[in-house]
Amino acid sequence: MKVLQIIQSAYRCIVEEQDDPVIWFAQVLKSGDGDVDILLKGNAVNYAVNGQGGDGIILGTWQQTCPAKVDQDLHQALNSGLKVYAIAEDITLRGIPETKLISGIQKLSRKELPNLFEEYDQVWSW
Amino acid sequence: MSEITLTFLVMDGPFEQARTTTAFRLIDAALNKGYNVNVFAYEGGVSLSFAEQKPHANTVHGRSFEEENHPLTKDWIAALQEKAKLKECQFNWTNCGLCIDERGVGNVIYGCSRGGPKDFWQWAIQSNSTLVIGTK
Repeated sequence: MKVLQIIQSAYRCIVEEQDDPVIWFAQVLKSGDGDVDILLKGNAVNYAVNGQGGDGIILGTWQQTCPAKVDQDLHQALNSGLKVYAIAEDITLRGIPETKLISGIQKLSRKELPNLFEEYDQVWSW
Repeated sequence: MSEITLTFLVMDGPFEQARTTTAFRLIDAALNKGYNVNVFAYEGGVSLSFAEQKPHANTVHGRSFEEENHPLTKDWIAALQEKAKLKECQFNWTNCGLCIDERGVGNVIYGCSRGGPKDFWQWAIQSNSTLVIGTK
């Protein structure tokens, strides 16, 4: 079965989980021979920007040692064979320059979505 | 000891959204200034202090248990308790007892107490300001 994962809610719990849970979930499925790909939509297109990630927060006497690096997680996903798509209009709306985008991410227009969905048995929207 | 006291209400559980982290940042900032802080945990927020939270390794990240150092909200609360001691300010954390019972998360870390909305009301009366961070 081939499944497309649409990620729209961005940066919602990446501090406590040290990643985006959907990207993590897709990678786990992929490692178990799941045929899955990712589509970034809405605010989540910002995940496609190279070089992002903080140094981790400090709360009281507790310090984050492994903060989330979503761009590196996407690099890893691409290297493992996942396809990662991002909606071009959402990238443009947010003023993200082409030069900032992770290499290998495929931009596509909203009007191309029906054709993309046709390639998958199921589409899961997170 | 500071004469300023802030009261917070947190309603969301750990691990699903950014509001919880934002609340912890604000509480930490208040303690940095030496303010006294009260936190009333309501609904899913009572899971923040659940003592049985467990960290884990992460094979997707390629990190061991120790390397991953997975963040747990019970540890964040303990760290804030420690900071409050260092800053010599009060830090109180009370969980809604009925919410605890609903979720079966009564085993909370040391220093967190059980109460109800009346406690929150009393805190609000005695505080300079109250911030409610509700579920959206």
